[in-house]
Amino acid sequence: MGKKNAAQNMAMTIFFSLLSILWLCPIALVVLNSFKKKAYISRRPFAIPTDKMFVGLENYINGIEKTGFFEAFGWTLFITIGSVFIIILCTSMCAWYIVRVKNTFTSIFYYLCLFSMIVPFQMVMFPLSKIVNMLKLNTPWGLIIVYLGFGAGLSVFMFTGFVKSIPLEIEEAAMIDGCTPIHTFFDVVLPIMKPTCVTVAILQTMWIWNDYLLPYLNLDMKRFKTVSIAIQYLRGGYGSIDMGAMMGVLVLAIIPIIVFYLFCQKYIIEGVVAGAVKG
Amino acid sequence: MDKAIKRYFPIFVLPTLLAFTMGFIAPFLVGVWLSFCKFTTINDATFIGFSNYTKILTDGTFVHALWYTSLFTIVSVIFINFFAFAIALLLTRKIKGTNLFRTVFFMPNLIGGIILGYVWSLLLNGILLQVERTLTYSSVYGFWGLVILMCWQQIGYMMIIYIAGIQNVPGDLVEAAKIDGATNWQILKNVTLPMVMPSITICTFLTLTNSFKLFDQNLALTNGEPSNMSELLALNIFSTFYGRAGWEGVGQAKAVVFFILVGIIAVTQNVLTRRKEIEQ
Repeated sequence: MGKKNAAQNMAMTIFFSLLSILWLCPIALVVLNSFKKKAYISRRPFAIPTDKMFVGLENYINGIEKTGFFEAFGWTLFITIGSVFIIILCTSMCAWYIVRVKNTFTSIFYYLCLFSMIVPFQMVMFPLSKIVNMLKLNTPWGLIIVYLGFGAGLSVFMFTGFVKSIPLEIEEAAMIDGCTPIHTFFDVVLPIMKPTCVTVAILQTMWIWNDYLLPYLNLDMKRFKTVSIAIQYLRGGYGSIDMGAMMGVLVLAIIPIIVFYLFCQKYIIEGVVAGAVKG
Repeated sequence: MDKAIKRYFPIFVLPTLLAFTMGFIAPFLVGVWLSFCKFTTINDATFIGFSNYTKILTDGTFVHALWYTSLFTIVSVIFINFFAFAIALLLTRKIKGTNLFRTVFFMPNLIGGIILGYVWSLLLNGILLQVERTLTYSSVYGFWGLVILMCWQQIGYMMIIYIAGIQNVPGDLVEAAKIDGATNWQILKNVTLPMVMPSITICTFLTLTNSFKLFDQNLALTNGEPSNMSELLALNIFSTFYGRAGWEGVGQAKAVVFFILVGIIAVTQNVLTRRKEIEQ
């Protein structure tokens, strides 16, 4: 029995190793092609670049110049970090208030948040972009507010779920000791909510970093781009794509994500599980 | 205590409330109203009743996109959940290298839809080149291309959720079944599956809504080619809005219909699986 199991396990390990390699193929293929001359990318995508096909870093330089990649990367970083920070700060405070102060208004607000979670973006995209233009929020700073508004639903929902499980006695003790609600929240409640903060941060980061349509419709694209917009921008007006530049930019866009993932893997996977259970 | 907190309304709730009103409530209400109007911007809207909605029915692209999306959703939900569950089952058996495999399978999930679309268009076009076709040759290629892409992206995510579910099945329950002489298949069917029902609920819900609302991947992979035949609903709404002058009202009406469909899916799915979970 023991021997049979060991053999079976070995076979499984081999099978999954092969599957893992297969899983990484699409990305490896892009990396491979990023070093090839434009003409060879679409004609011979699977060939290993030989002397004739090899172009060095030309595709990367070309792609960076055409899209303004680093600027786009910087703005995406700014928007993502800013939005996630603001979302966590504002919605956690809001969620605590909603749970602790029970009246008609807070319960209506809570149900509106639930409701907003099932509304697809297409439903609001046109009016939202007009409102954003009217209020001059079409900058990365403004976009942070838009993300707070559109992302509030899920975050408020997740934070309220957690606040309900915090025993009231802890806060009451703090208040009796003379803490103002603001002190109570930041010194007592927020530290307890840390795990939920991490979960919300991960879910929102995954969404905002990769989001295309919202920034595309709301940003003033003459001045600002995000990574997704920069990549889509390479598809010319008539559907023609500069494949060389595209490969270079794709690699540049994927590498930071993979590095980030390898460092924060544990938190990301835990966050996803925790988020799924509550969502 | 209530009263003490209550006075802090402007600090605790107001920022979120204002942003939520501007980012969701106002656009939603304006959106519903605009679906009954003819307009090019918000200011020139004139009320025209239900004619935007009747126009949807005569617009063949919407009906086609609806079928295409439904079929795509069904196929990808089945594929993703089947493979994710199968991999999760195998990876909870203490195989060597499990952590590494999990890391690899989950990774594509973090990459954005636009990037994924172009990565896969390179790979799939390369394969189709061998038979001298491209992805945009027919909507069937686009369909399976999207299914494969979604599997690659989502299997890892769902696998993680299933693994968490399977690990929560109490060990003595499986032990007891084994002592009673249950085969592996019987254990799976009568012990594991019912116990991970909550995970199945979550994963079907996530894959259902993700597939039904898919936009970025569709835009980058085929952009609806050939001639809007590989267009999913979200992309169809987008191109009605921004690709056809004078059709903004119809686009908004389509968006309302889309919202109602998503709502129906979400509510039915919740009710159905709730009932199943209670039965246990």
